[in-house]
Amino acid sequence: MAVELLKGNVAFAEAAVRAGCEAYFGYPITPQTEALEHMAKRMPALGRTFVQAESEVAAINMVYGAAAAGVRTMTSSSGPGISLMMEGLSYMAGSEVPAVLVDVMRGGPGLGNIAPAQSDYHQLVRGGGHGDYRQIVLAPASVQELIDLTTLAFDLADRYRIVAVVAADGSLGQMMEGAELPPMRDLAERPDWAVTGARGRAPNVVSSIHLDPEELEAFNHHLQAKYATIAANETRAEAHLLDDARVAVVAFGTSARVAKTAIAAARAEGIAAGLLRPITLWPYPEAELRALVDRVDALLVVEMNTGQMVEDVHRIVQGRVPVRFYGRTGGVLPMPEEIVDAIREAVAVPGGAPSPAAQEVPA
Amino acid sequence: MTMVAPEPQLTPVFSYPESLAHVPTHYCPGCTHGVAHRLIAEVLDEMGLREDTIGVASVGCSVFAYRYFATDFAQAPHGRAPAMATGVKRANPDQLVFTYQGDGDLASIGAAEILHAAVRGERITVFFVNNAIYGMTGGQMAPTTLAGQKTASSPKGRDVATSGAPLRMSELLAQVDGAAYVVRRSLHDVVNIRRAKKAIRQAFEVQRRGLGFSMVEMLSTCPTNWGLKPEEALSFVRDEMVPAFPLGDFKVPAEMQERPRGGRAAAASAEGTAP
Repeated sequence: MAVELLKGNVAFAEAAVRAGCEAYFGYPITPQTEALEHMAKRMPALGRTFVQAESEVAAINMVYGAAAAGVRTMTSSSGPGISLMMEGLSYMAGSEVPAVLVDVMRGGPGLGNIAPAQSDYHQLVRGGGHGDYRQIVLAPASVQELIDLTTLAFDLADRYRIVAVVAADGSLGQMMEGAELPPMRDLAERPDWAVTGARGRAPNVVSSIHLDPEELEAFNHHLQAKYATIAANETRAEAHLLDDARVAVVAFGTSARVAKTAIAAARAEGIAAGLLRPITLWPYPEAELRALVDRVDALLVVEMNTGQMVEDVHRIVQGRVPVRFYGRTGGVLPMPEEIVDAIREAVAVPGGAPSPAAQEVPA
Repeated sequence: MTMVAPEPQLTPVFSYPESLAHVPTHYCPGCTHGVAHRLIAEVLDEMGLREDTIGVASVGCSVFAYRYFATDFAQAPHGRAPAMATGVKRANPDQLVFTYQGDGDLASIGAAEILHAAVRGERITVFFVNNAIYGMTGGQMAPTTLAGQKTASSPKGRDVATSGAPLRMSELLAQVDGAAYVVRRSLHDVVNIRRAKKAIRQAFEVQRRGLGFSMVEMLSTCPTNWGLKPEEALSFVRDEMVPAFPLGDFKVPAEMQERPRGGRAAAASAEGTAP
């Protein structure tokens, strides 16, 4: 395979095709619609399923049906559509069916705008739908990683019978850059639990109901045990220039990419800055973050929201190291110079008040 | 020499359908869900399709349908059975896929999903059990509740001025090009039960032939939430529901339409034809 110039939305859709996605269901929403359009061309040409649903509510329930039938299936959307999918995501967690969801995040709340944001972190990482459940959340920072993590999402979803989410944003979806697509994979066999018609076997049932409270409690404990296994085996993070760092930036996705430019600039003026980039937002790289506590003077969390992941950072470091925050929101991207300023402040007064820049209101 | 009397050769005339699981149901005495279940199971047996069928249960009293049918089953969120069935059918195009939905599920919260499943002409069969009330939650007003009918959430009777009039889903869906077969039957007496069974078979045939979306609406009882005895509930269907929800064939593919045969059959057919 060769490096091609690929648009993020097209890249993850084609990665899904090559990972063996047999059924795509979606609804148009900016900034991810090119993915739906790519699937509208590609899936029927391969004899696979493409349905433009009447709503995101319907799309996620079509995914639920195809997942119950044991085929690799996915949908993609952005904030307002993801909100409508919460019902289906909760049911899929409750019936343990695998599926992939790509959220190309945009500015919220409400209709917000169509510019890049990371403000669906709580919704994706904390659950969003009702009940005690988790989904794997993968955060790419480049078009190549959109491809690689979409492929990984299908494999993890199948391995653990769980929903795997790729948390991208509008800039990743819309940008074009060089990336390499993997070869086409063969379609997988149907799992033995799927509803395919009970020919020569006892009927299969896919359901999330456990009317008896103790039975439901036991099922929830089963889920939690599965989540613990995933946390033990599937946590991923990138450590960038952390070995000698006095200030560690913690950022994911596009924020992390901007932070790398800022870290290079800070190092050019003699500040030992580094980056911890969570690739899995759930399970969170807790051990990697905790390992920094005794080694750095301050943590600087950078997000494209008003401070969502920073709550996880506080939870994990338990006040043992100062945590500062810098965020831009509403679809505004942080600029490298702004992050350099925040790094300088963190060096000057590690335990100081939150960065004034964080509260700065753009004119 | 000992004479052994030959065992009497008995021919079973009534037995438990293979497509029904041998479990007690949770349905109330006098509820016609059991009749609807049995009819579907009998047809699956007769068509030899039990092992080639996937049901999709909805939310409401029939939420546990997956326990009662001996086929593969999935259980959908409230109103979403047609969307879930779309995913199941697209992944299993050779399987017979049906949903089993009540009137709150299909006509209220799932109005968009049922409409667009019909618009797409999904090759699924929908069994729409209409008893004009929310049963599972204790008898609240549904979109199909009759004008003036008292329910737990319309204690003075359904006020058409503020809550609208009963929604006739079969008539609505028959207008959709993708709908191939849409009929309304009733389960209030033997003659109508037999007609319902025939419609179930036809709906499955429509799906097997790939003709499009098919739906059989069945007027049903809810003696518990109507506050009626079982036999009074059957009379309520006949006397109150049938006038509001006329029985008949709203859409039948040309190749499946029967010619009038004259005599009683023609009379029955005319009686059962919608205006």
